[in-house]
This record gives sequence, structure tokens and C-alpha cells, in this order.
Amino acid sequence: MNLKHALSVILLSGALTVSIISCKPKISDADLKAKVETAIGSNPNVLVDVNEGVVTLSGTVTTEDEKRVLETSAKSADNKAVKSVINDIVIQPIEINTDTADLTAKVADATKDFPSVTATVNDGVITVTGTVEQARIQTLKQSLDALNPKKVDLSGVTVQ
Amino acid sequence: MALIDKYKVLIDTARGSGISDLQVAEQEGVLQIRGTAPNADVKNKLWDIYNQIDPNFLTGDVVMNVDVSTAVAGSQVRVKTENSSLNIRKGPGTDQPILGKAAKDEIITLISRANDQWWLVRTKDGEEGYAYAQYLEPLG
Repeated sequence: MNLKHALSVILLSGALTVSIISCKPKISDADLKAKVETAIGSNPNVLVDVNEGVVTLSGTVTTEDEKRVLETSAKSADNKAVKSVINDIVIQPIEINTDTADLTAKVADATKDFPSVTATVNDGVITVTGTVEQARIQTLKQSLDALNPKKVDLSGVTVQ
Repeated sequence: MALIDKYKVLIDTARGSGISDLQVAEQEGVLQIRGTAPNADVKNKLWDIYNQIDPNFLTGDVVMNVDVSTAVAGSQVRVKTENSSLNIRKGPGTDQPILGKAAKDEIITLISRANDQWWLVRTKDGEEGYAYAQYLEPLG
């Protein structure tokens, strides 16, 4: 080994040592991403991206509250490493059908095979009275829930 | 008790069952649940759990609309009426004339989904028309 070669090996190993030491306290973006994902909990509708400590949240949630809580959780995942949080989450409320005429027509179809019940619609709430066989109450409820109402009130139904 | 606590088992099961586009939120005192289950078994399991927590669904504090992802054009669906045959109609609505019937447990073909309530189907005999989606269970 000549002197030049030996010198370059020494220099290289020195450079490596310095870079390893300087990197040690800094968490990688990939590790930070994992940390933030753990902190915000499992939510397949929300995506986390990290770029040099800047966390970006995207995806959809159903309420403003949820969006705010996720942002706070992301920040507190690692107060030092998270430089900032860009909250690109879109609020997508759960679809509810409050169109009385439309809902009334659909309820008529859904209850056609249940001649012993009466169903009324008011501001997205379906109220059912009458009698239903035990074996068919789930079918009735499924049919009515599939119409995306605000509420299905079966408290006036006698189940036989 | 908050609805998310009362229905915790239901929500946890929904989250752990591979439901896509799952939405769970309390809106105006009702827990709204939406999503698409990977198969009919998962959907049925969720309804069983819901029924255990709130027998006969009488409380009315949940609206659960879970679709099944295998219900796509060209797939096979089973007629799951209680006893009677399923009406096949000319158009999507109970006011539409009846063209024919499919027997209970008969396997028929889903041609297309006209809307969430009415699906265009073809029976074994090649008869085409609209049937009420609640009485059709996607296979697979």
C-alpha cells in the first residue's frame, strides 16, 4: 500500500465517522413517517408523507374535528423532528338523503313486501310502525339503511 | 354512553375486516356507517354484531349501509328472499310491470347496477329485468 492510498483510506474513514456522528440524532423521513402513522392511529383513508421533517397529511375524513385531531397527533408524534404539518385532508361528510319526496318513493319500494307496516318520512328520518316477523326485521332495516336516511326509527314496531 | 363506545365491537370489526372507503361518524345522534365489504360474509357478520348490540335494531341510533365489492357487472348473485320468488320488473321501481320471477336461492347474473336499490339482472332462462338489490346476495 502506497502512502497516497493509505492517506485516502484514512480520509475516507474519517469522513464516514464524521457523517455517522452528525446523522445520529436526526431521524430519517421514513422513520418519522412510521412514527406519525402510529401516532394518528390506523386510518386507511388518511395518508402520511414526510419530506425533510415536513409532514403532509392527505385523504378524507368525515368531520372537521377529526381533521384537527389528526393534525395535532401528527405534530406530537415527535415534537423535535416534525418541522411542520401540512394538512391537506378533505372533509367529506357521510352522505345523508334528506330529500323527502325521493326518500318517500324509495321507502315505498323498500317496504312493499312488508304489508303490515307503515313507514313515514320526515326530514330524512324514516319512522316505521306495525308488525314484522322476527326473521325479516333485519331485511327491513337493511333495505331502509341502504337509502342513507338520517335515522330509521323502528321503536314503534312490534317484532313477532 | 357515547355511540362509538356502545358500538365499539362493531366499529372495530368493520375496521379489521378489510372494508374499503369505510366511513364511521356520529351525525345528529346517529352513528352513520358506510363502506364496501370484500364479500357478503363480512357484511353479514357486521349485521350479526349490530343485532347483538341492539336487538332487532329498535333503538335507531345506527344507520349502516355496507355494500359488497363483488357485486359488479357480470357477476353471479343469489336470490335471498324469505320464501317467495323475486319479481323481475321492466324498470327500476315497484310501480313497474312484472316481467318474470326468480326462485328463492336461484343464482342469476347481475348485468348492471341501475342504482343502489335496483339492479338489472338476467335469469337462467335469459329473462332480463330489474330486481330489488336487497334480495340479491353477491357470490364470491
